[in-house]
Amino acid sequence: MSAVLPKLPSKPVAAERSEGVWHAAWKRLLQDRVGIASLIVVALFIALIVLAALGAVARGWQVETGVPNARPSFMGPAPPEKATVIEVPKGPNVDLSDVDPLAPRYQEWAERAAKLKTTEAPRAQTLPLGGDRLGRDVLTKAIKGAQTSVFVGLLGALCAAIIGTLLGALAGFFGGKVGDVLEWLYNVFTAIPDILLILAFAAIFGRGVGSVAIILSLVGWTGLYRQVRAEFLKHSVREYVRAAEAIGASPVSRMFKHILPNVSHVIFVRMSLLVVGFIKYEVILSYLGLGVGVDDVSWGTMLAEAQSELILGYWWQLAAATLFMAVFITAFSLMTDALRDALDPKLRGLE
Amino acid sequence: MSVLLSIQDLKVAFRMGRIDGVMQRFEAVKGVSFDVPENTTVALVGESGSGKSVTAMSVLNLLPDNAERQGAITFMGRDLLAASVPELQGLRGRDIACVFQDPMTSLNPVFTVGQQICEPLVKHLGLGAKQAMQRAEALLVEVGMPEPKRRLKAYPHELSGGQQQRVMIAMALACEPKLLIADEPTTALDVTIQRQIMELLAKLKDKHRMSMLFISHDLGVVGEVADHVVVMRHGTVREQGPVARIFADPHDAYTKALLACRPTLERRGARLMVIDDHIAGHASTSVGKAKDPSAPVIIEATALAKSFWLRTGVFGRREFQAVKGASFRLRRGHTLGVVGESGSGKTTMGLTLLRLHEPSGGPTSGSAMFDGRDLLRLSSREMLPVRRRIQVVFQNPYASLNPRFTIGQTLVEPMTIHRVGQDNAEREARARALLAKVDLDDSAMHKYPHEFSGGQRQRIAIARCLTLNPEVLVLDEAVSALDVSVQAQVLNLLKDLQDELGLAYIFISHDLAVVRFMADEVMVMRNGEVIEQAGVEQILDRPQQEYTKRLMGAIPRGYRPRPAAA
Repeated sequence: MSAVLPKLPSKPVAAERSEGVWHAAWKRLLQDRVGIASLIVVALFIALIVLAALGAVARGWQVETGVPNARPSFMGPAPPEKATVIEVPKGPNVDLSDVDPLAPRYQEWAERAAKLKTTEAPRAQTLPLGGDRLGRDVLTKAIKGAQTSVFVGLLGALCAAIIGTLLGALAGFFGGKVGDVLEWLYNVFTAIPDILLILAFAAIFGRGVGSVAIILSLVGWTGLYRQVRAEFLKHSVREYVRAAEAIGASPVSRMFKHILPNVSHVIFVRMSLLVVGFIKYEVILSYLGLGVGVDDVSWGTMLAEAQSELILGYWWQLAAATLFMAVFITAFSLMTDALRDALDPKLRGLE
Repeated sequence: MSVLLSIQDLKVAFRMGRIDGVMQRFEAVKGVSFDVPENTTVALVGESGSGKSVTAMSVLNLLPDNAERQGAITFMGRDLLAASVPELQGLRGRDIACVFQDPMTSLNPVFTVGQQICEPLVKHLGLGAKQAMQRAEALLVEVGMPEPKRRLKAYPHELSGGQQQRVMIAMALACEPKLLIADEPTTALDVTIQRQIMELLAKLKDKHRMSMLFISHDLGVVGEVADHVVVMRHGTVREQGPVARIFADPHDAYTKALLACRPTLERRGARLMVIDDHIAGHASTSVGKAKDPSAPVIIEATALAKSFWLRTGVFGRREFQAVKGASFRLRRGHTLGVVGESGSGKTTMGLTLLRLHEPSGGPTSGSAMFDGRDLLRLSSREMLPVRRRIQVVFQNPYASLNPRFTIGQTLVEPMTIHRVGQDNAEREARARALLAKVDLDDSAMHKYPHEFSGGQRQRIAIARCLTLNPEVLVLDEAVSALDVSVQAQVLNLLKDLQDELGLAYIFISHDLAVVRFMADEVMVMRNGEVIEQAGVEQILDRPQQEYTKRLMGAIPRGYRPRPAAA
């Protein structure tokens, strides 16, 4: 159909200078309620992570504040366990003092024992979101775990997106020899099973949160590369890119100023998927002993611990880790969605 | 004659989402009534946005989900507005069939032609697979497809545009419909193919005694096929009547303007009539400046040739000569028209001059002297200052502007690259001045391309070229994608700019009537070869080649009284 849609009544814009694509996108984002809400949630998470990293919150996540497997507060303390030991016989003890050689010292020991002060703090019966098998607070663990997981997920996805976009842009835009070499590299990376590749990189980079992010990004860029390359292949022969060449725009300007904003939605969607994937991958790495250290906590290690607890009916660690992960991932996906919409000028004024 | 399809007071509105809680509606069709009698061709004519396609698509409810229809559409006594989806599906393809504008996108690329023609046969007529194939072959013969048996197994991309449209028509005819809706069926095709398709449609309509609802923006085309014409503008019917009356004695000012704005082969005016001028009653007054035949030569091309490598097998490659030796001289302030069908190499020649083809794509030979230097042998560094002086306007205004750039950014960017102007403020001032020059107002600076119509976008593309003060403009089918009325505006603008700035144009087109209006010298190309080259009057008045005559014969001429015997 050749119908031309009319311009909808829009507020007159009094801006003097022509606004850039990013500036305009920001203005559009501010009008998207879901987008702003998700942006706030993500910002809160990031604030939490910064505070945790600075030690302002969740510093004492390793302190065993509750009884082992303490129940969440709203469930109340666990019912006292029924004693399964043999019943203590009633009636007075049989007096053995005349045959017991230690009998004269009992009095002395009792006095000395009374003098000793116990250092163990009283353990809470319940914790806000329950406790783990050592009695550590699950809430603090989840907050501290967010620091590791979100850091790994975001940094890894960002690095993967940069590598994938850069190589994909080069391969798609130039093609020819450059494209062949990059395709070869891509084939090598996808031909090796991910887990082997991760092991190989892990052997080089060693343990630690930073290395996990780097390892994951070095393994995870391939899918994004393929998609970005396809988009660049498609766009590099479009007339608007030709027109840019005709006015003398350099290849770099054509790639990153003209084409990139037009394919950014692909990168955003891919990146939000990568964040989710990397958070999960970190679990596997930690499980294999290549991820975060044993004295660290992440959502991944919490989930791994939850496995054995679940059999005993202690579900709260699983619930806490899942809740945090679900909220963050949902908010992050919605935020990237909103960003993608905001970057599309065609949707301006059509909400 | 009994009435087959009757449309009474049809209104179509599109819901456009809520703004401040109030549903926004856009009325595309505001009360349209007309009848399609049996065995008759009714044409809906109008510009983009006139609601003609929306009207036709509401017959079978092929509209987007946000459309609301009111009024009455009666087809053979049945009310189509109240019809259920299964009822409509029974009608679609069976009693009412459609042919769309772009055959390339209307055919499914992963099925063979045969499979696609068989689908309605099996679905509506209940034929077996073998019978359906036989019928499909017969249909391809009927639509004049060469080698029909082999084509049944071909995929759509293996066919040319004209052949694809023939397949679409064969599909539409498969169940012998009573009404064929043809929505701009020839707009995406070359003039010569357009003529063939139009003749085919007229022949088939007579043979099968069906009715046709023909939609077009071009009165010239309509005049040749229609019996009855409905002229639409802004969602209302401006005028309707028998074709002879509309052409001989148009009552409505808009119809008169539509008739006047198409360039013709017969006369060559200084300006074309523009719809608004005509309605306002202005006569075209300005007289074109006489061209200086001894103006300095800007580009001199000799034996310009360009080949592409085609891959054959795994390692082999074969040379395909797209342009085989074109020579011409282009003088300042003059226009060279390059004419030919698709695939004749005219666009390749233009892009080779601009060096917009990858050098690895294939070898280039010959020379193109520009200001004492050979364009084909400049390094890309040396090419940069030359780029400023030779600019290009592409065919498709919907694709040639970056959708993520505001118009301001689009116009300022070339000036930044070539350091035209001192600072951004000066560049923006210049951009605003150029927008005014192409008849767009200041508010355009902050808008994005999708907020403009095709004609406006093409004017923006022209403004972008002008930012660099070029000496040569390559216009690659620059008006082919535009409506006839908008085309006139853009052609006038180009003429004015040439007079004012002394630009030289290389005007590439398949439409000889447009070339006649613009060009001083014409080059006719076919299969990469220049087969005829001379002054515009000479070529059009005394064409030497059969091919040129055919191109001229293909141009729609509007309504001609048919011989009484026919």
